[in-house]
Amino acid sequence: MNPRALGEGMTATSSRRRTRGRIAYYLPAIAVFLGGLALWELAVRIFSIERFLLPAPSAIAGAFADNAEELLNAGLTTLVEAAGGFAIGLIAGLVVAFLTARFAFARGALMPFAIAANAIPIVAFAPIANSWFGIISPLSKMMIVALLVFFPVMINVVRVLTSAEPAALELMRSYASSDWTVVRKVRIPAALPYFFTALKVSATLSLIGAIVGEYFGGASEALGRIIVENAAFLRFSTAWAAIIIAAALGIAFYLIIVALERLVMPWHASVRGREV
Amino acid sequence: MHRAPDPIVRMESVEKRFNAGGATTAALSDIDLRIRPGEFVSLIGPSGCGKSTLLRIIADLIEPTAGKVEVNGKAAARARHDRDYGMVFQAPVLFDWRTIEANVELPLEVMGVARGERRRRRDEMLALVELSEFGAYYPWQLSGGMQQRAAIARALAFEPKLLLMDEPFGALDEMTRERMNDELLRIWERTGTTIVFVTHSIPEAVFLSSRVVVMTPRPGRITSLIEVDLPRPRNEATRESEGYFELVTAVREALRTAHGGTIPEAAPLVSDEPAGIG
Amino acid sequence: MIRLNRLPGVLRAVAAFVAILILIGIAWEAAKWLAGDPLRHTPWGVVDPPHIPPFVIKQFNDTNLPHVWDVIGAFFQPATRNSQFSLGAVLIDAAVFTGRNALVGFGIGALFGLLLAVVFVRSRLLERALVPYVIASQTVPIIALAPMLVLWVGTGWTSVALVSAYLTFFPVTIAGIRGLTSPDPRALELMRSYAARWSTVLWKVRFPAALPYLFTAAKISATASVVGAIVGEEPTGIRGGLGRAILEFNTQYTTGPQKLWATVMVAAALGIVFFAAVRLTEMIVLRDRAASGEP
Repeated sequence: MNPRALGEGMTATSSRRRTRGRIAYYLPAIAVFLGGLALWELAVRIFSIERFLLPAPSAIAGAFADNAEELLNAGLTTLVEAAGGFAIGLIAGLVVAFLTARFAFARGALMPFAIAANAIPIVAFAPIANSWFGIISPLSKMMIVALLVFFPVMINVVRVLTSAEPAALELMRSYASSDWTVVRKVRIPAALPYFFTALKVSATLSLIGAIVGEYFGGASEALGRIIVENAAFLRFSTAWAAIIIAAALGIAFYLIIVALERLVMPWHASVRGREV
Repeated sequence: MHRAPDPIVRMESVEKRFNAGGATTAALSDIDLRIRPGEFVSLIGPSGCGKSTLLRIIADLIEPTAGKVEVNGKAAARARHDRDYGMVFQAPVLFDWRTIEANVELPLEVMGVARGERRRRRDEMLALVELSEFGAYYPWQLSGGMQQRAAIARALAFEPKLLLMDEPFGALDEMTRERMNDELLRIWERTGTTIVFVTHSIPEAVFLSSRVVVMTPRPGRITSLIEVDLPRPRNEATRESEGYFELVTAVREALRTAHGGTIPEAAPLVSDEPAGIG
Repeated sequence: MIRLNRLPGVLRAVAAFVAILILIGIAWEAAKWLAGDPLRHTPWGVVDPPHIPPFVIKQFNDTNLPHVWDVIGAFFQPATRNSQFSLGAVLIDAAVFTGRNALVGFGIGALFGLLLAVVFVRSRLLERALVPYVIASQTVPIIALAPMLVLWVGTGWTSVALVSAYLTFFPVTIAGIRGLTSPDPRALELMRSYAARWSTVLWKVRFPAALPYLFTAAKISATASVVGAIVGEEPTGIRGGLGRAILEFNTQYTTGPQKLWATVMVAAALGIVFFAAVRLTEMIVLRDRAASGEP
C-alpha cells in the first residue's frame, strides 16, 4: 500500500532522476571551480603577475609534479598527526562529557570553565607542547590537535545530553525506565545529529591545528614545515602546492565524517532541511 | 447476588495544588472517582479543569497533594513500576530515529522482554491497528493519524489492563478523528482494556464512552457522572440516533450548569495546555 | 557549597571558574610534588632537606612545568634582562595591541560574514555555487597564506586584521544563513500580503530572528579573531603584540620557561575577555528573549 494515498509520504522518484537531480544541484559549484581556475590562469598571464605574488595554477601543478613524493609523504605525516589528535580529543571529550552530564554538581562548575577554556588561543600552547612531547615527535602536534578538538566535543555533547524532549522523558517515566536506559534509548540517539555537527567542525580544525603546530617546529617532512620553508625561500609555487594538499586533506576528512553520519543516522539525512 | 468487581482505579479525596512563582493554584480538589474494569470512561471539561492533571496522577507522573490513589489494587507508584497501564499523549511522541516497528517495541525492550516474544507482540499490535505494511517506515513518512495508531499500538504492546489517553485525537481533522474513534472502539472490544480518555469534544466523549465524567475548573472538580447507555457496537447509525443527540445535549447542559449558567470558554480544537496543568 | 545555589547565575559561574583555577593550581603543584624536580626553594623559604619526589615524569620538571609561584612571580620581574618594565606591564601592553587588531579583524570578519549570509539567502543559486568554497576556505591554513597576504597588502596591522577576519567570518556566515532562514513561513507570508520589499522583510523579520544564532556564532568568532591576531603577527613581523612575545619567549624557553607560561596565561585571558564581552552584549540585547541557559 502506498503511504502517499493515506497521508504525506515518501516521494517515489526513480534513482536515475535522483542522480540527475544531484548533479544539477552541484553544477553551479563545479562551474565556479572551473571558471575560477581558468580566470586565475588567465589573469596571471595577462597581467604578468610576479611569481612570488601569485603563482599560476599551471606553475603550482608543475611544482606538485616536481616534488610529488615529498609532498605526499608530508601529507601523510600531517594527516596522521591530525587523525591521532582528533581521536585523542574525541575520546577524552566524550568521557568527560558523559561524566559531567551524569553529575549535576560537576556540570555547574565545569561547563563555564570549559566554555572559557575553549576561548583560549590554542596557538599559545604550541611551543609548550613541543617542549613537553618533543619537537620532532608527532605526539606534540597530536596533543595540540587533541586540545583543539576536546573542548567543542565536550561542550556540545554535554549540552545535548542534558536537553531531551520533555514528552519523550515523560513517556520513559511511564515505563518506569532506569536513568541509564533513558540515556541509552533517548538521549544518545537524540544527541547524534549535533554530535556529528561538532565532529565536522573538529575534523577541519584538526588539520589546521596540526599545521599550526608544525609551524613552531617539527620534522621537516610535514606540510606545515614545507610551507614555512618554501615560503621563506620565496618558492611560492611549492608552498601553494602544499597548501592545496592541506586543504584537500581537510575536505576529505570532513567528507569522511559526512559519510559516517549518513551511515549511522540513515533516518536523519532525509529529515534535515538545509544543513551544512 | 454477585459482587461488583473491584474498581481498577480508585481515587478518594484527591487534591492537587501547584505553586507557580509564589501563587498557589488549586488544580484539583475533592476528587472521588471509581472506574470499573473494562469500562470506557471519558473525562471532559473546559481548559484548566484539571483533566490532564487527573490523568497524570493516575499515571503516577504527578503526585497528589492530598488524597489516596489506587490503581489495580495498588498504590499508583507501584502500578507504574509494575507497568499496569499504557499511555497515549496528544502528540504521538514517536522517536525519529526508530522505525515504526522499533517504536512499538520500545516498552518491551525497556521491560527486558526476549527478542522473539517482542517480535510476536509487535506484529500482533501492528496488525491490530492495521499498520502491518508500514513497520519498516520512519514516523515522518506517515500521516498524523497513522502515527497516533502507532502510538496506540506501542501503548498496548505490553498488554496493560489500563489505557490512559490524553486527547490523543486532538490534533487530527474531524474526518480522521471519527475514523480513529471507530478504530479505538474496535480495539477496545478486542482487548477488553479499561480506557480512561481525556477529551475536549462532547460528541467524541458520548460516542466512545460507557460513562462521561464532567469536570469544571477553578478549582478542578467532578460535577456530574453521566451514564451513556447507547447500544454497542456503535457506528454511523449511532451518530445519527436520537439517543445520541439527547446525551450530547445532556453533557452540554451539565457543563453549562456547572459553570453557574454560563457557557464555559470555547474549547480549542487543539489543546495547547502544558503537560500537567488543566 | 549549598549556599552557592542562591547566588545569581553569573556570579555562580565566576565563582565556579575561580574554584576550578584554584583546583588546577593545587593539582599542578601536587603533580610536581609527586613527580617533578627536587624542591629546594619556595618564596616562603628554603626547603631543607630538599624534597625529593618519589616518581619522575619529564613533563613535570621545572623546565616544562614551572612552579605556580615562579610563573606568577615572573609578572613582576623585568621583562628582559635590561628592560626597565616588568613582564606584567609588557604583556598587558602586548595584549592591548593584539586585542586592538583582533577587534578590527572581528568587526571586518563579522560584517563580511553577515553580508555573505544575506547574499546567500537572497540568491539560492549563488549559495549553491559558492558555499562549498566558503567551507573549503576554512580548510586552508591561514597561517600559510599570511606571508603572501603580507606581500599583497603590505606589512602592518592591516594584514594582521585580515588574518583575524579570515578566521572570524565563517561561523558568522553559517549561523547567519541558518538564522535568516529561520522565521516561521507564516510570518513571511504575512509580510508578502503587505507587499513588503525584500529588504524590509530582511530588516523587520529575518534579522531579528537571526540574532540568537548570530550571537552563538559571535562567541566562537570572538575566540577565533584573537587566535587570528596572534597567529598573524609572526609572518607579518609585527612587533609589540602577544604573537611576537610568544615567539620570543619560546626561544628563551630553556632558560626561563615561566615567561612563556605567563604569556600563555595573558593570551588565555585575552580570549576569555573577548568571549565574555560578546556574552555580556548578548545578555543585554537578547534580555527579553528566552535564556540560552549558558553561563
